[in-house]
Amino acid sequence: MIKRLLVLALLLTGIAPAQAAPAGYGGTLRMVTVSASGTFDPQVNYTLRYAQLFQMLYDGLVTFAKTGGPQSVTIVPDLATAVPVPTDHGLTYQFTLRTGIKFSNGEIVTTDAVVHSFRRLFKVNSPNAGTWYDVIVGGRRCLAHPHSCKLQGLVADPATNSITFHLRHPDAEFLDQLALAFAAILPVNTPDHNMGTTPIPGTGAYEVKSYDPSTGLVMVRNPYFHQWSALAQPKGFPNVITYRFGLSAESQVTAIENGQYDWMFEDVPADRLNEIATKYTKQVHITPTNWTVYVPMNVNIPPFNNKDARLAVEYAMNRESAVKLAGGNRLAIPTCVTLPPKMPGYSPYCPFTKNPGKIWTAPDWRLARHYMKKSGMIGQKVTVITSLQAPYRQIGVYTQDVLNRLGFKASVKAISPNIDFTYIQNTDNHVQISITDWAQDYPAPSDFLNVLYSCNSFHRGSDSSINISGFCDPAIDAEMANAELISLKHPNQANLLWGHIDHQITRRAAAVNLFSFERLDFVSARLRNFQFSGEYFFLPQLAQIKPKVQP
Amino acid sequence: MTELKQRPAQGYWALALRKLVRNRSAMISVLVLVLIVLCCLSAPWYARHVSHTDPFQSNLSGTVLRHGQTVEVLGPADNPLKLGIEPIGPSWQFGPYMLGADQQGRDVAARLLYGGQNSLLISSIAAIVTLVLAGLTGIIAGFFGGFIDAAITWALDALWAFPVFLLAISLSVVLIAHGLDIGPLRLDASSLALPITIIGIIYVPYVARPIRATVLMLRQSEFVLAAIGIGASPWRIVWRDIVPNVISTIIVFAPLIIALNLLTEAALSFLSIGVQAPAASWGTIIHDGESLIYTRPIVAIAPGLLIVITVIALNILGDGLRDALDPRAKLRL
Repeated sequence: MIKRLLVLALLLTGIAPAQAAPAGYGGTLRMVTVSASGTFDPQVNYTLRYAQLFQMLYDGLVTFAKTGGPQSVTIVPDLATAVPVPTDHGLTYQFTLRTGIKFSNGEIVTTDAVVHSFRRLFKVNSPNAGTWYDVIVGGRRCLAHPHSCKLQGLVADPATNSITFHLRHPDAEFLDQLALAFAAILPVNTPDHNMGTTPIPGTGAYEVKSYDPSTGLVMVRNPYFHQWSALAQPKGFPNVITYRFGLSAESQVTAIENGQYDWMFEDVPADRLNEIATKYTKQVHITPTNWTVYVPMNVNIPPFNNKDARLAVEYAMNRESAVKLAGGNRLAIPTCVTLPPKMPGYSPYCPFTKNPGKIWTAPDWRLARHYMKKSGMIGQKVTVITSLQAPYRQIGVYTQDVLNRLGFKASVKAISPNIDFTYIQNTDNHVQISITDWAQDYPAPSDFLNVLYSCNSFHRGSDSSINISGFCDPAIDAEMANAELISLKHPNQANLLWGHIDHQITRRAAAVNLFSFERLDFVSARLRNFQFSGEYFFLPQLAQIKPKVQP
Repeated sequence: MTELKQRPAQGYWALALRKLVRNRSAMISVLVLVLIVLCCLSAPWYARHVSHTDPFQSNLSGTVLRHGQTVEVLGPADNPLKLGIEPIGPSWQFGPYMLGADQQGRDVAARLLYGGQNSLLISSIAAIVTLVLAGLTGIIAGFFGGFIDAAITWALDALWAFPVFLLAISLSVVLIAHGLDIGPLRLDASSLALPITIIGIIYVPYVARPIRATVLMLRQSEFVLAAIGIGASPWRIVWRDIVPNVISTIIVFAPLIIALNLLTEAALSFLSIGVQAPAASWGTIIHDGESLIYTRPIVAIAPGLLIVITVIALNILGDGLRDALDPRAKLRL
């Protein structure tokens, strides 16, 4: 009380302490995860683990609002002064670049940097260069000849600080795609190759002070940063954010219970859920997400190049069992389609169940065995690739069990989450079947269906081939392109069409969709202001650290 | 006058056996080991007639009768947030799920027995591989000397230079990925022969070196020099004079190497690079239990205890064998 009165007196007399930080600011946020997640290049890395970091380190012309709740999926201007309305029948987008913004190395953000960044996106073979950004005039040529990429459809005028994109055709999701880390604006001299473990300077509120893929990273405030928009790039509450690699999910839970870390990336292991739900109820946050766990089957190599073999797996997989492995019905909902329930266009449908209809009820082993026999694949060797991380490893063991019961000779290979996601994408690894997941980049059905199943997402011999099944049907691609066009003017009609496309892809059985996941975050007792973005999940920069009470 | 009773002269092996039988600790160890082996051999019977489940199949949606009530093998946990699923706990009664279920809903007790079969099989056969290879190389190097000895010693030293677990892990990681395929020798990645081969090879130097040393000593002994003097062929000398004198050393090593192999197999399987699922070993069951350590610790503790008991029994038996066969020997691994 006396302390408060003293502070009040000082404020009234105008003798406030010069260095007093505003309430909630300061401190170190300590995050923890099991491992690094591949390259630290924002134009190449396609993992949520790093997307969460990139949104604090880099900016695009536009971005998703860095806030919790429904507003988190709205697009706001970032390095651009405003979100433009497309002109020329949706073919032209003109941005004006903000002035006076600097990268963390002191360089000024210029229109040249914007042009360089978009050209680089093609040169480093960004995972969605072929599915999203090739809509820019010249993009197709850049895909074919990345090293001489000019990207004629991107015109910059340094005099007026304007950037103009000319598109080949209207694209309702172009702004969403510009808001992602792939379209981050990087310094002009950034090399045209995947930077691997070397962080690239950015314009965000934080910069990387140190990064070691085997131990962790440290982010500190960017000395050149000034807040131009609290929604686009908030200043952030913690002064320092650390990310430690190397603790198992079990150890992470214990460390958070003991107050050694503030937040963990991994899902809480199933055997700890009861404990945290009983003893640490206030530290648990459960949020619905657009996140699907699925089992891609490689349609280009045996045995799953045989549709009957795939159908056998579809009918045999018990989605409810997979839900149990993921922690039960409070965290996962069984599904047969690709789109999660909260995604526009979602239409419940399940042909691979007893009593086919809208929802999955039970596996149909009679049909599964029928298709297995028909496929002639009995006795074929299959290796299930999965991450060592829970619940994926457990789902991998369960999948192996189902495959063996069908008559395959199945084995399971669990690999580090550090390499798992890129390993299963690369066709050179001859992955037959794997366990993986997909969370939205932005809330549009194409972000699931177009990204995961279009011909353009499939690149042989590349770690950036997000169409893991290798499924490619030009007719379905054309329908998806049509749905995207329709969505420009008639979004509801387009959503119906997306639902129909989802059903078509489901029937082709390129992957077993298991369940859609809710996100459970377990945080330390000292973490305040937990904010969950539909886009980036937990927003570390908005977390406040409760200072230690002095004895 | 009392007559001195004449006992029939006893052979070396009979004497050793008598000494071993008189060693109470060693006999208790043998009893424990026989019990463990018999229990493990009963695995198929136990799975069929007691647990009534296939311990290699997931049973995530199954139910079981307990205290007259049907309960889920994996049921929802009871907490305010309705979070989590828990495998059924131990009933501690001779019947289904006596030690509870693992995360895949499989009967832990049945898997322990099957796992024991694999662990003991791998460690025993790998020990035979080690002892045969070590015996051959040690005897050849020690007896023939010269270039052969130099070459074999160099190869053993090279193998010795690697930390044993690092070598085992490296070999396993490479071979588990694609199996072993060298000419006519083909081993599938899921084959038990793979861990047997790896574990069998890595301990060869540890046994071969003391055998070589023994052979070097025997090579200079009077009876060997006499045999050479009368023109006996080298192979005859090896077979008739060297091998019988080395065999006791090899026998003393056997239980110690089995114990080491058991630990190595458990370590490799715990790291997912030993026995491959759905097959089980005590190491893989500990690995399965790792993710249940807070709710169902018995899954990890039970195989751990069995490993400890088996290894202690094998070590005591090894000491007993050493005392029986060669009380002056100071063999240590």
